[in-house]
Formats: sequence, structure tokens, C-alpha cells
Amino acid sequence: MYDKKEISKVLLLGSGALKIGEAGEFDYSGSQALKALKEEGIETILINPNIATVQTSEGFADKIYFLPVTPYFVEKVIVKERPQGILLAFGGQTALNCGVELYQSGILEKYNVKVLGTPVQAIIDTEDRELFVKKLDEINIKTIKSEAVENVDDALKAAAELGYPVIVRAAYALGGLGSGFCDTPEELTSLVEKALSFSPQVLVEKSLRGWKEVEYEVVRDCYDNCITVCNMENFDPLGIHTGESIVVAPSQTLSNEDYHMLRQLAIKIIRHIGIVGECNVQYAYDPYSMDYRVIEVNARLSRSSALASKATGYPLAFVAAKLGLGYGLFELKNSVTKDTSAFFEPALDYIVCKIPRWDLGKFHGVKKEIGSSMKSVGEVMAIGRTFEEVIQKGLRMIGQGMHGLVENKELNISDIDKGLTAPTDKRIFVIEKAFKQGYSVDKIHQLTKIDKWFLYRLYNIIKTSKELEQYSAINQIPRDLIKLAKCQGFSDFQIARAVFGENLTDIDSAMDSVREYRKTLNIVPVVKQIDTLAGEFPAQTNYLYLTYNGNENDVDYLGDHRSIIVLGSGAYRIGSSVEFDWCSVNALLTVKAEGYRSVMINYNPETVSTDYDMCDRLYFDELTYERVMDIIELEQPHGVILSVGGQIPNNLALRLNSSKVNILGTSAESIDNAEDRHKFSSMLDKLGIDQPRWRELTSLEDIHSFVEEVGFPVLVRPSYVLSGAAMNVCSNDDELERFLQLAANVSKKHPVVVSEFIQNAKEIEMDAVAQNGEVILYAISEHIEFAGVHSGDATIQFPPQKLYVETMRRIKKISGQIAKALQISGPFNIQFLAKNNEIKVIECNLRASRSFPFVSKVIKINFIDLATKVMLGLKVEKPNKSVFDLDYVGIKASQFSFSRLQGADPVLGVDMSSTGEVGCIGYDTSEAIMKSMLSVGHKIPAKNVLLSTGTIKQKADMLDSAHKLYDKGYTIYATGGTHKFLNDNGIPAIKVYWPSENDKQPQALEMLHKKQIDLVVNIPKNLSTTELSNGYKIRRAAIDLNVPLLTNARLASAFINAFTGMSLDDIQIKSWDEY
Amino acid sequence: MQQLKKAILKLQDGTCFEGYSFGCEIPVAGEVVFNTAMTGYPESLTDPSYSGQILVTTYPLLGNYGVPPKGVTGNVSDYHESEKIHCEAIICQDYSWEYSHWQAECSLSEWLINEKVVGLTGIDTRALTKHLRESGSMLGKIYFNDESEISFHDPNAENLIAKVSCKDVVEYGNGEKTVVLVDCGVKHNIIRCLMSRGVKVIRVPWNYDFNNLTYDGLFISNGPGDPSMAQTTIENIREALNGDKPICGICMGNQLLSLAAGAKTYKLKYGHRSHNQPVRQLGTDRCFITSQNHGYAVDGDSIPEDWEQLFINMNDGTNEGIKHKTKPFFSAQFHPEASSGPKDTEFLFDEFIKLL
Repeated sequence: MYDKKEISKVLLLGSGALKIGEAGEFDYSGSQALKALKEEGIETILINPNIATVQTSEGFADKIYFLPVTPYFVEKVIVKERPQGILLAFGGQTALNCGVELYQSGILEKYNVKVLGTPVQAIIDTEDRELFVKKLDEINIKTIKSEAVENVDDALKAAAELGYPVIVRAAYALGGLGSGFCDTPEELTSLVEKALSFSPQVLVEKSLRGWKEVEYEVVRDCYDNCITVCNMENFDPLGIHTGESIVVAPSQTLSNEDYHMLRQLAIKIIRHIGIVGECNVQYAYDPYSMDYRVIEVNARLSRSSALASKATGYPLAFVAAKLGLGYGLFELKNSVTKDTSAFFEPALDYIVCKIPRWDLGKFHGVKKEIGSSMKSVGEVMAIGRTFEEVIQKGLRMIGQGMHGLVENKELNISDIDKGLTAPTDKRIFVIEKAFKQGYSVDKIHQLTKIDKWFLYRLYNIIKTSKELEQYSAINQIPRDLIKLAKCQGFSDFQIARAVFGENLTDIDSAMDSVREYRKTLNIVPVVKQIDTLAGEFPAQTNYLYLTYNGNENDVDYLGDHRSIIVLGSGAYRIGSSVEFDWCSVNALLTVKAEGYRSVMINYNPETVSTDYDMCDRLYFDELTYERVMDIIELEQPHGVILSVGGQIPNNLALRLNSSKVNILGTSAESIDNAEDRHKFSSMLDKLGIDQPRWRELTSLEDIHSFVEEVGFPVLVRPSYVLSGAAMNVCSNDDELERFLQLAANVSKKHPVVVSEFIQNAKEIEMDAVAQNGEVILYAISEHIEFAGVHSGDATIQFPPQKLYVETMRRIKKISGQIAKALQISGPFNIQFLAKNNEIKVIECNLRASRSFPFVSKVIKINFIDLATKVMLGLKVEKPNKSVFDLDYVGIKASQFSFSRLQGADPVLGVDMSSTGEVGCIGYDTSEAIMKSMLSVGHKIPAKNVLLSTGTIKQKADMLDSAHKLYDKGYTIYATGGTHKFLNDNGIPAIKVYWPSENDKQPQALEMLHKKQIDLVVNIPKNLSTTELSNGYKIRRAAIDLNVPLLTNARLASAFINAFTGMSLDDIQIKSWDEY
Repeated sequence: MQQLKKAILKLQDGTCFEGYSFGCEIPVAGEVVFNTAMTGYPESLTDPSYSGQILVTTYPLLGNYGVPPKGVTGNVSDYHESEKIHCEAIICQDYSWEYSHWQAECSLSEWLINEKVVGLTGIDTRALTKHLRESGSMLGKIYFNDESEISFHDPNAENLIAKVSCKDVVEYGNGEKTVVLVDCGVKHNIIRCLMSRGVKVIRVPWNYDFNNLTYDGLFISNGPGDPSMAQTTIENIREALNGDKPICGICMGNQLLSLAAGAKTYKLKYGHRSHNQPVRQLGTDRCFITSQNHGYAVDGDSIPEDWEQLFINMNDGTNEGIKHKTKPFFSAQFHPEASSGPKDTEFLFDEFIKLL
């Protein structure tokens, strides 16, 4: 043990860019840890290239390095900063792995850096499967084991020991070939015989199919005091990754004996492993006995611990950081009551439900089935006082067009039984459909293995919807039924839909009439507080939710009009994530600093904005019009800010405005004028501002004649999507026909927007703040890729290095015109195309954009702070700083999670597919590119590069880079056309063959499998995304084999230019404040 | 829609809450107390310490896992804490009509009806709890229509211990050592915890003079109500204190041992009833999460000189156990036998057995 007084400087490792399986929860964990250290007066150093996070903002860490979280860079920072301690548990698997490597290579010891909290050996014991099983065997705790056997007799013996049913897996067989479940020795014999025919070894494992999955969050201090802060139960049984499961807290179907047996085991485990801080223990639990298996232990803060913190109000990361410094739990206070001890276990008087958010529709080729690997990109948490209430709230929060469990648009499900047994992202709606078709709880349980308790509860919702459907007018519904429906989480919309069915045309007015009617019946929600002790002690914080299951508010409303409500961003999804959390948090901070009561509405447990100490009142609740109005009616705020949380709050502008809500900043009418394609377009015409030609069309003939006018390629956006991507670029008639047939149903009711697609144009972003129509702060940044790559996937450079001064001037002028025309007051973003100094506007959003934190941090002026002041009506000065004063450059690069999405084609297109981003600062473009590309997982290739560089134009563009590779001594492998092109241009390259040329050697795929390639540059020939060709196979193999892959010629050139022009050693180790 | 009978909970101060019945529909009166545990309703309902009380569960959902079988083996209930439900009524926000658990024998509703106990759902138990927290535990009554309204009844004014204690001596198990267990309303898990440690248990009624028995250790159980009602027990314990045989008390046992030693007890504003009460062993860094259920407490300042506090509550500083400075006497205000609740302090049984 070390003396906590010895520690005065601590290094914290962040988790880098958001990716599937490692997302916003680590911004929250890290921010909490930094707060805890700050409270102790400890100097903090943070390494995290994720520039959009809250933790990498001013006021959190003393020094921030936007550098890759890899042993190389962390060592450099250690050498420079010489911290006494390091925290590894707050940056997900990235930080943990990096820390373990630093420990094993002796770096930490060399520089005398102590690992605070859980010792590294304990981490290794939980990470290494063999060590883990051994460790738990020592204390007779059961884990999931497999027995490797080589003949039928041994298989039978193993199965007898494990107990039936068992699962058999053929070793060394890909894709589950030869695996299966066996209930009897006979079945086992036949399956093993078969499996042994093509595999020398078979693994026999106890089948836990249908077992419950339960998790405990456990805390231990260095005095060996332990608590379990929360337990959670998965709605989906074992077999579905906990990140893909609907999860409730606390557990619902465990008896006291069950609960406390597992709790006791969790404590026994944490003590034996020797955790100091926090860990979670995941169990498989037999639904028909008290038999259990430990699935895994995470010796770090995790997605579950963030959820548990939000579910209980117990700040796990904050406490874990303090325990790492050597505090005992008894020395810390409960941060909600501020009076009672932090050594306690929260008692909940509500239930929470977490639901994952998938964006599988954004990817081509990816399977919709959910299972043992995680594919979801975000999650929501609903709080309420019945299960029905939380599940319906949660399904609305997910934000994929669903209104709850029932009263949704009819889903097209051809085979219900299959939908129940082989779950997809839509499973819960398949259950709803099954109930509607008369399936019993027993039958659904049989097919899904979901505990009947959950199914009974879902069925209650079905019953109520059927009852509501009996009525044909809102005011005929009896009070008790409306009350029941609201207690079961029905929205006003659902009630209206139940009554009017498909005939519902004026949705808004139907919802309003439900609202008015129930208010006359005095059916309104109440506000309840999360206080960690179920009412036993008063809470000093305002962590709130709304429910219909209650009749008294926990908050006294003063009606003083001093509240400012900031609407948050909702579930992280592709296109909207941590950057809007940064914006929300900064708006809250400014609101508070200006003397208003800061009020947040958001429901994403992965965020900092839903940390109850970031604002005066946190409503952890829905961002629907109905719920926002409920809160507004209670709060009677001075005003509402809806321009910092992305598109969800922005979409509420017109509705809130028509209800006379004071929207701060730009008016709802202006927001609509920018959002509505027709209005915006005619405004641009009036202002004489150019835009790509587009037309909204309702027939194929019209589409063809428009295409004739503008020429291929065109961008096609259906208003109603059947399947797959929402938009696509079509380069010829064939593609156009195919896309329209597959994806869109063109009709009067479902028009298609077709736009001219300008090739080889630069894309430029304008992020700005205006006051009363005058631009007072702006940042122009340029995309490295040409237009056609979604701005969320593009690599962005700020300040721009390769734009004509004239282009910049014209962009500034046009932005000024638009700001004036729309009378913008607040943040906005415009996207431009530039080709030969011709500027066209492609999009304008009167809200903060994804790049606000990036430009704010690079230029070191907080755009949101200024925008918020403008929205509050304060007089602000134009900041006196120009980008020409910056002697450095920032690069924002995108993080992709294709490796998690089996089968997805890793190409970039007009639809966004990245899950996160980093932002790094360098003294020139190359240095910034290097840092940012290394931060998103690229490596400087060691020796061999495989090139397939697309069309002749792209090949030409890449020629210079190929030269540089050759000059630098790289061996270039190239496929047919590229090989010829390179040789013709005097660059020696070795020819390799496509998978389709399977009789020739060397095969590109084979080289990848043999790890003979260090970098793949594969540029798809056309913009079509349906290419399931050779190229796809190469790209997918690169992803699956973890070989760095580049698919864009401009980005590939920039990266090659960077790593051939400089070495790792040339990268400067400079903190943010040193720029 | 399920048609349920409406019911009123009226508190002593006139506050009313309207809910729906899921249990027996007879008017009842008692002391209204809240428990913040999230599991363990079968255990709580059969805990004799709730005798005379109307139990409010702050966790909104109730009945999810039904009720385990009521079987009794060798005079000890298999799954319950006594032979019957002791409280007058149980109140929740959201009763679960359907249950799901492999051990369940019937629903909570069926059980309540069988045992003639009232159950109410649809009540804002958080509002009710906050009211009790601010105003203190108070009397309450439940009635189903105006005609059936009965008068308030203060259970603490009667000797609840006498009401719930066994009437005859019962012996359990075999073992070299013998423990006398004074039944002030004992939870069966105390008997189980002792028996599983290989001792013979002689369970005696609350007013039985065990000083005439031959035994190796004395165990004083939990129990309901005001400890000062059990004067006979206090006097018997006082006599035992003159000897040197190990004595251990739980909950009511802690209070009776303290009173016998010469300390004072008092009524807490709203008691401790939960699974998450933090206690610290005095003079150490050892802390424990404990299960608790008591309305009265020992005044820590009134403990006589040759005794000391063993544990204190980390939230409000109240006494959680005492020990004699020289003799093998100690007690805990919380429930090391748990059931329901965390089992982190079950080692106290081992410590007691070691002393024998």
C-alpha cells in the first residue's frame, strides 16, 4: 500500500474514439475520476484523442494530450510528465490493455509510476481466460468450462460430469460447423461422431441456453470493505450479449435467496481477485434451480457500471477513483444525501430499463440477428415505477419511429416463430405481433426463453391497447382506463392511435385532444427524485424522472421563471453522439454561470449531461413533445434551448413554438425555413446563392428526365425506405433502376428527392455563431476527402490549409447572407461544395453541429459558451482571434467499427457509418494526420502494402503516393489494373491476384491471411454500394484480420504522405495548452 | 380491465391514500412503517417483528416471484421465517398479478387472502414513505367503505412479544453444546443458523426462566414492539449476566440485553427497516451492510461502564450492538441471520459458537 499523500500527479488513460463496445460511458467514467482527483488537489494528466468528449474540456484535467492511447505514446507522456500514479480502469478495454502492456514491458516500474486501484495482476487474472477459471476454482466458484475430447467415450464422460444439456463445438471449424445442442447421450453420440469426421477435436460444454443473465456491480476498498451497488437482470436470456440485451435494474425475477446468494458470491470473488475500486460480475443463472456460472468479471469501469451509476445515483467511477487513492468507503459520503455514508447499497424505489439502439440499416451486408457479439451503437435508460411504464418509455427513447410496444406502424414479419427463436434488433416487436396473433405467454416463453414474468407484463400492455381500441372517441374512454394506460407508459399518441387507428390524419391535434381530456380528468405525471435510499433520507440533488405511478411531486416549483431548459441529444447513434453531449454540457455550464437554474432533459446513460451534478435539475426522461411539455408546464422556464442536442430537440421547434414555448435563440420559423427543403431552396434562389440542382419527384419518368438534365451520378433520397440505406449515389441507369426497385417505392405518397452529384468537389464546413442575424464567430474547415463521403465520416482539417482565399471569402459572405436572411441567433452549420471557386450550399442546420467541439478546442474559443450567451440575450463581443493566428492545425478523423459488424462492407459513402472520431493537433497537416490516424487504429506499415486504386483518375491521384512508398522502401503489391498502371509509370510492384482469379498465384486474400500485408489501400471503382465483388472480399478480409484499410484515395494519399515524410519520433508530445 | 376493490389507508394525522385491494378485504389498524428492501416479501411477512404493523414497501413492484411453499420440517419452516404472516397489511405501488419462479407455490394475493391479511396496491408509496420520514411512524388503518372504518390501534401499547413468542419449550437438533434461545418472536433463520453450526437449541418462551436450565450459551432473539414490555425477560437476562456463560442477542435481543445491563432504549422517529444499513465495528475499519427491522434503539450514551458499543450505524450514529468489556456477552441490533437481506454478518454466529 502507498500513502495517498505521496501521490500529487496522476495520469489517466481515456478510451479514445467511440466505437461499438466502447462508447460514451467512458467519457462519463473518466470525467468522474478527474473530478474526484481534482477534489484531492491532485494534478491530473489525461491522454485521450477524443476531442469531442467532455473530459477533454477545460476544467476537467490539468493537462490534456490528444494522442493515441497506445504504449508508445503513453510512455512518451510519462517521460515528459513523470506522474506518480496512473489510473487504468476508466478508459475501457483500450486503457486497460495499454496499461497491462506498459506494466508487462516494465515501463511503469522504470519510471516509478504506481497503478492506483486494482493491481495489474488482478486485471490479468480476470482478462486471461485460463487464469480466470483457475482463480475462481481456488474458491470453488463455478465458471463456464469446456472439455476438449477426441473420441465419443470421452465426450460422453465429459457430458455426464457437466450434466445435460450440453453444447458441442467442433474445434478449428469456422462458422459453427458441427456445433449443436444435445439433451441425451444418444444425441451426443451421433453429433460427436459427425463432428469428429472433419475435426480432430470436439469441445463439450454445459449448455446454458435459456439461463438468466444477471450482473452485479461490486465495490471494494483497500480495507476489504465490500458493497454491491446494483444488480441487473437481462430481459433476454443467455446467448445475447449483455450490450445487445434489454436490461432491467434491479432484478425482477430473483427471490431474496437468489439475489443474496449471487451477491455473496460476487463479494467473495472481488475479495479473492483483490480488486480495489469497482468491478462487475456476470452470471448465468438457472431458471429452475439455484445453479449458476460466472460468465466473466470486468476489473474496470464498464458500460454496465455507467448504467448502474445512472440507475442508482451511486457515482461508481467517482468513488472508485477515491478508493484508488487509498480511501476507505467509510471515509466517503453519499453524494446524493451529502450526509449519509458512501458505504451503503442503494435502495431503488423505481425500476429502470436499458434498451440498446442499433443502426444496422446503415450497413450493407450485415446480419440483423443479434447474438453473442455486440452490434448496438448506443442505449437509452427509462425510469418509472412499473415495468410496463419503463419498457414503453424506453422503446420511444430509442428513436426509431416506435411509439412504445404497441400502436406502431405495422411491421412486416413473415415468420413469427423464427423471429422469436432467432432474435433480431426487432425482437420485442415480434413478441407484440405474436401476442396480437394469439400466441400465449407459455408459447412465447418456449420460443424465446424470456422469463414469463416479463412476458406477462408485456401482455398487460397488449390487453390495455385492445381495450382502448374499443372506443371511437377520446372523451368516451373511462378515466380508470386512461389512468391505467398512462401508468403503463402509453403516450398520448398511442392512446389517440388506439382510438382512431389508421384513420388518424392530424396526429398533432389528436394528441392535443388526449392531453386536454386527461388533464380535465386530472391525469398528469408526477416528478420523483432518485435519492439512493428510497425516501429514507432526504436528497440534496435533483435527479428526477416523471411517472404516472404516483400522486405527489418531490420538487417544489417556485414558478419564478428562472429555469432554462436544455434539451439533450438522446441515444447515441450513428450521426449523433458524444459531440452533442459536449455541447449540452457546455450550454448548461454557461446557463448556470449566468445565474439561471440549469435544467437538463436527456435519457442517455452514457453521457456526462445526465450526471446529476452537471446541472441544477436533471430530468432523466423522454425528449418527446409530450414529455417536454409536461416538464415545461411544471418548470415554467424562462426559455428552452434546443439547438445544442442535435436533430432530436431541433425537430421539436415548430411544435413547441405553437404551444407558445419560449424557444431561445433562432426562431422556430427560421429553423423550419432551413429544414424544409423547398423553403430553404427558394430562399437561396432569392439570395442568389447556388446549390446543386435537385427535384422532388413522384414517378420514374420524371426521375429519368431530370437525370437527363443534370447527368449521372445523382444522389437519390427516398422519403420512404423499404430496406437498406436511406440514400444512395447512382452512377448509371442500371444502378438507378436497381436502387429504386430495392429501396424505394416511388409514388405520389412517397416522393424521391434526386440531386445532382458533383464529383471531385471539395466539401467545406462552416461552423458559426450569429446574433440577430450577424455572424460573430465562425470556423471554416475543409474535408480531406472529396464530396461524396458523408461529413460525419470525412477527415476534417481546421484551419483549412488548401483553400483559396477567395473561396474562404465567398463562403464567409454567403454564410453572412444566410444568417441575416434567417435572423440566426445561436449556433449554426452550413456545408458547402467548392469546385474551381464555384460555391454551392448543400445543407444548413440552425443548431450546433458535430464539429463544434473540434473547432472550439482547436481555436480555443468555446463556440457553445458564446452561442448560449447569445441565446440568453446577453450582449457579446466578437472574439478577437483569427485562424491566421494559429500556428498549428487540427485534424478530425473518423473511427469505424466494421470489425464488430460481421459482413458489413467497409466502404464510405453518402450515408454515415463511423461510430466515433478523434481530433488531434499538429504543427502541420502531416503531423496531425499521423496522430489522428494512429488514434483511430491505423499503424505505420512495416513493409508490405497492397494497392488496388480504383478508376484511372484515382490511380493517377495515387501515383505520387505510390512513388513515395517505393522511395521509402516499401514493397508494393498490386492487383491487375493497378499493377499495370504502376509499372507503366516506372514504379516496381508485384502483381497479386483477385479472389476470382483463383487459379493464379500469389493470391491477395492468402497474403492477408498469412499476415504478409501491413496496409491495404482498396479504392472502390464506383460509388455504388452494392459491389459484392473481389473488392469487397479484400476489404472485408482486411477488417477481419485486423489489417489497416484505406478506401479513399485522398485520405490514403494524405496518410501515405505523412508516414513516408516523417517518422514516429518526429511526432511532438505536446499537451493542448502548449499549442 | 381488472375490477378491483378500492380501499383507503388513513393515517393518524388524517392523511388519506387511496389504493386497490389484492388481499383480504377486512378493515385493519396498526402502526404504519416502511421498508426499503427490494426483495424478501415472504420473509418480511412471516417475520414476527412486524406484528401489529402495516408494512409499506418502497420498492414499487411486489409479488413478482410468488410465494415459496409453506412446508415445515422438524418444527422449522422450509422457506419462511415463522408459521404465518404477522403484519396486518402490506402496501405497494404495483402488485404483480402474475408471478414467475420455480419455487413458487402460489401468488402473494392468494397467500394474503388465505391468511386474512390485507394487501393494497396503487398507492404512491414514495409519497407515503416521505410523509412517515418527516412526521415519524404513525398509526394507520385500512378500510374498504365508510361503514367499515374502525378505530386506530397502537400495537406498541400491548405486549407484542408475549403475543408472538412460543408457548412451550421446543428442542431442536443434537450437539455437544446446548444453546437456550429466548423466543421473543424468533425468525426461523436464527434457529437454522444455530443448528447448522452443530448445537442443540432449546427454544423457550419469552417469560421462561431459563436460568434453571443447564446450557452452554444464551441467545436472545429478535421480536416486535417496545422492549420495555418484556420486563420478565429483562430480569431473567439480568440474572444470567451474573454468570459467565456466553450471551448473544439480535435486534430485540440487543435491546433486552442493554436494558438488563442498565442502559436505556427509546423509539426511533421512523425506525430502520431495510437491507442496506451500514454499520461499523467501533475502533476498526470494518464495515458491514446489514439487514434491519426495528423501531426502538439502544441509547448509546446510556451504556454502563463495564460495557461498550460494538457497532454503530454509519448513517445516523445510532447504536448497533454492545459488548461486555470482560465477559463473553455481545449483541447486534441488525440481523446477522439476514433472511431477508445480505448475509455479510453471519460470522457473528460463528463467533458466538466459538465462545461456547
